[in-house]
Amino acid sequence: MKSIKWKEVLTSNQMFIIYIIAILSLAIGMKNSAFFDFSTVITLSRALLVTLCFAICEMVVIISGGIDVSFPAVACAALYIPVKVMTDAEIDNVFLAFLFAAVIGLVVGIVNAILISILKIPPLIATLGVSSMTSGALLTFFGTREISRIPESVSALSKVFILNYTNASGATYSLTVFILVPIILCIAVHLILRYTMLGRGIFAIGGDQNAARIAGFNVIRLQFIVYIFSGVMAGIAGMIYCILCDSANPLNLMGSEMMIIAAVVVGGTRITGGHGSVSGTILGVILIALIQNNLIMLGVPTYWQTFVVGAVIVIGTSITSLKAKAVEQNQKV
Amino acid sequence: MEICLKALLYGALLKRNEGFDMAEVFLKLENIKKSFGGVKALKGVNLEVRKGEVLCLAGENGCGKSTLIKVISGAHDADSGEYILDGNKVDKLKPIDAIRAGIQVIYQDFAVFPNLTVAENIAMNNSLMTGAKVMNWKRARELAIEAMKQVGANMDPDVLVERLTVANKQMVAICRAIINDAKFLILDEPTTALTKKEVENLFQIIRRLKEKGIAIMIVNHKLDEIYEIADKLTIIRNGEYVSSGDISEYDRARFIRDLTGHDIVETTYHPEKVSQDEVLKVENLSRKGAFENVSFTINKGDVLGVTGLLGSGRSEIGDAIFGIAPAETGRIVLNGNEVKIKGIEDAVSNRIAYVPEDRLTQGLFLERSIRDNMVAASIGKYFKKGKLDHKQIADDTQMWIDKVAVVTANDLVPIRTLSGGNAQKVVIAKWLNTDPQLIVLNGPTVGVDIGSKSEIFEILHELAKEGVGVIVISDDLSELVQNCNKIIVMRNGQAVAHLDQADELVNENELYGMFSEEGGEQ
Repeated sequence: MKSIKWKEVLTSNQMFIIYIIAILSLAIGMKNSAFFDFSTVITLSRALLVTLCFAICEMVVIISGGIDVSFPAVACAALYIPVKVMTDAEIDNVFLAFLFAAVIGLVVGIVNAILISILKIPPLIATLGVSSMTSGALLTFFGTREISRIPESVSALSKVFILNYTNASGATYSLTVFILVPIILCIAVHLILRYTMLGRGIFAIGGDQNAARIAGFNVIRLQFIVYIFSGVMAGIAGMIYCILCDSANPLNLMGSEMMIIAAVVVGGTRITGGHGSVSGTILGVILIALIQNNLIMLGVPTYWQTFVVGAVIVIGTSITSLKAKAVEQNQKV
Repeated sequence: MEICLKALLYGALLKRNEGFDMAEVFLKLENIKKSFGGVKALKGVNLEVRKGEVLCLAGENGCGKSTLIKVISGAHDADSGEYILDGNKVDKLKPIDAIRAGIQVIYQDFAVFPNLTVAENIAMNNSLMTGAKVMNWKRARELAIEAMKQVGANMDPDVLVERLTVANKQMVAICRAIINDAKFLILDEPTTALTKKEVENLFQIIRRLKEKGIAIMIVNHKLDEIYEIADKLTIIRNGEYVSSGDISEYDRARFIRDLTGHDIVETTYHPEKVSQDEVLKVENLSRKGAFENVSFTINKGDVLGVTGLLGSGRSEIGDAIFGIAPAETGRIVLNGNEVKIKGIEDAVSNRIAYVPEDRLTQGLFLERSIRDNMVAASIGKYFKKGKLDHKQIADDTQMWIDKVAVVTANDLVPIRTLSGGNAQKVVIAKWLNTDPQLIVLNGPTVGVDIGSKSEIFEILHELAKEGVGVIVISDDLSELVQNCNKIIVMRNGQAVAHLDQADELVNENELYGMFSEEGGEQ
């Protein structure tokens, strides 16, 4: 019995990602020993911080049986509009900036939720439309010009660090305080999904919406919670991104949705809903970040990285899909 | 003396029923009416179910059974009529009230969560009922184990439900229903997807629950099963209450008469005159791992039945003849010509038709009209000068609707709206429209009501008479015995018996005994 359990663990989806991450890290490290420095952890953390926030939200949405492709547009609106308004009005307030961003996310989340849960529009179509409307309105009414001077107190946050590290060659790496956001988010989402009826309800509607309704779950309420959560977090993550870049660009994040969905799915979340875990998503995000940021150290040309990302997505999802198929065909118990 | 004896008897009765009063009525419905728009779904239905009693609700497809269940469970409000629960008249019942009163429905699809574990599925309703905010995994597991002990099920509580067999998914649904202190359990066609062995197991569990004083209502239309499990019977037809009473008051003839409104004679099928015209000759057909050296002949007028347990090779023979999974060796001679079946195209070009087991996914385009479906397999013959002859299509469709008696407003309604029996008739007509030499039907009457069943077999007998080869693959033994004059029993890929009604009338139990070597045990 015990050995079977071990075998299951070792051949689990997450272990496969860990193997790939390990092999990739070894390969990069052999080419470039600087990779094995603690500084890599800091630069990678910074690189995947915002991505991880997006990915966790996307994971929750996908578990509930939906999908949300509107978060890049939400994030762009939520970082650009507050900064633009605040600069124009010469207001300088960190709290207001985040509140503003969250409210923008909230509004878009509510629109998504209404379209999906009440009007029963397929989530992909609904969020695609909302995404296009959001970014179109943003670029039309607020402009496309990058704002390089963001309000001072907001900008100052980018220089708050929780950790400084100086490596052998004397270069200093600092870990931003914002790393706490995805850490808290991951812990909270994990606990909610696993140990509350709210979380189990999200799994339930992703598994079988009709069964969930019969059992007595309030499906519409759960969908509202999911899409609003996704919208608000996307807004906040957008503002963090803006602060980390120390500039507000209404276009930078556009087009990142596919990569995020890929990271989530590679992390073992089934695109059909009902399955997924925070730990898997973290691994998926790390893998994609490694490929995007560090493959260059192996001497892989930039265009090939795109290829490799694609290949990882295809292979990663194939493994998930093959496993699902195996479950289907395996001896039923 | 007499009084004393009565008291003794009564005491013994009470003891046997562990304290609950057998006669106590749990639910009584009187003259329930319900319409949707202008359609009268229920036209005054009566129903009475007592504690510790199994009531079977029988009726053909579309007779209003589902509506009635929804009225009982509070999903629909009745337009008029009395709803008396545990002696109290209820005016308006919400689904949650019904659940609180101990009414639990187990739907045909069980409404379980495939992505969650057995334990969580079973405990889910309880958590929702108590309004818990926190998921207590330990308690869920305990509840699940307790529930499984009560019904006598044995499953790993930590396994995901998607890995369970249909029968075990149903167990999960039953366990989930009973942990909420169920007093009345409604099972909607619980045996449709189960093997004979699994049905027996289910019935044992139902008897166990009955002993605990739970009232049970089973919706079913398989006669043998009803006789095996039911104490009482209520029959409805076209939304109207027909009759109810002890199962002992119904012999098969009355049952069928009440169910269908007319007499159906249960006889065995014999071709009118024994003919030696060979329609199909199959010799030593083999496919590794599926079946070995299967031979049989079908003469004009013969209806051949193929039976056996799931995986015995019974469906695989159909698949081989239609080229889905072709045989590796052996000969197939169709009307005197040897045919090579290497793929579905070969079968189609030799005018072989196949009605698959799962008609909803394999045999029909559910969202398309009857007309579109009817010509789907024979669309080629309607192309004239590069254009579709719509007139001809409409005429042929109407001809088939009349011939196989599809009940429908017109031929443009989507298949999805038809009952199981009607949909199956469309599948059969679709293939008949290809003018086949041979038709293979896999489970042709699964989910089909008794009236349509006999109509479908009448069509098949007619075909056989006209010289079409007919092969029926099924595990419904009484159906095969009644409608096929030749029967092959498959076991582990071997044809272990060739039976001919002309030699000796085939007995159902005898057939079942041949399914496995130990005789009936899997």
